[in-house]
Amino acid sequence: MVDWTDTEKSTISAVWGKVDINEVGPLALGRVLIVYPWTQRYFGSFGDVSTPAAIMGNPKVAAHGKVVCGALDKAVKNMGNILATYKSLSETHANKLFVDPENFRVLADVLTIVVAAKFGASFTPEIQATWQKFMKVVVAAMGSRYF
Amino acid sequence: MSLTAKDKKMVKAFWAKVSGKAEDIGCDALSRMLVVYPQTKTYFSHWKDLSPGSAPVRKHGGTIMGGISLAVASIDDISAGLLSLSELHAFQLRIDPANFKILSHNILVVLAVLFPNDFNPEAHVAMDKFLAAVGRALSEKYR
Repeated sequence: MVDWTDTEKSTISAVWGKVDINEVGPLALGRVLIVYPWTQRYFGSFGDVSTPAAIMGNPKVAAHGKVVCGALDKAVKNMGNILATYKSLSETHANKLFVDPENFRVLADVLTIVVAAKFGASFTPEIQATWQKFMKVVVAAMGSRYF
Repeated sequence: MSLTAKDKKMVKAFWAKVSGKAEDIGCDALSRMLVVYPQTKTYFSHWKDLSPGSAPVRKHGGTIMGGISLAVASIDDISAGLLSLSELHAFQLRIDPANFKILSHNILVVLAVLFPNDFNPEAHVAMDKFLAAVGRALSEKYR
């Protein structure tokens, strides 16, 4: 099980409290599809993802970005039990969606960069460390049901 | 995943915008790496002060950015341009190449922090590819 100090818990709550899922979700998912274009393989039904402009303007990408970011909310609210919280999401990604778990690492990195852009210098090294620890736990939980 | 003409153009243009702050970028990226990835501190046991923004961190951040600048100038043949740096890393420093990815990630985070508008998705992909190419060039002489 993961140990969180009180400081780490309040840091994650504070950062997440300032994140607008409806803004950050679409930005993060769009950026993943642009920076790592092979990830587009999972979104054949999303329509035009042929250029960065098309991706950032695509309503299905935006909607799905909100879904993905929305799921992070569950982790923030259940920091003591992220593994259990994501058990069925992990199973779905493994057995129904067939998503390579490497993509969770990729999304975590891009989300960190989007959050950094939003917060600027107030995203201090210490806050980055706590945020990345949180991302690491979420990524591990999402990969936990892949056999 | 080699650099296309478009990537090189983007990297040169973006670097021209940000290189004025190269030392700050290097200092902040190194500071973050040492805090967020504490295992990287093992390479700096000879420094008195590893805290963010300390004098040795700032100085070394500047040195690293000098290497990045050289890579930008050598973008048409990064391996050739970074040959002696590669030998330095391979035979003297012997830094595990996995750490190049770690530092690259922190450079990208700092670019996002300092240049949130210029560091758009197109600049991000070009810089990510460029830093990966730099890491590969630095690893060339390892074995």
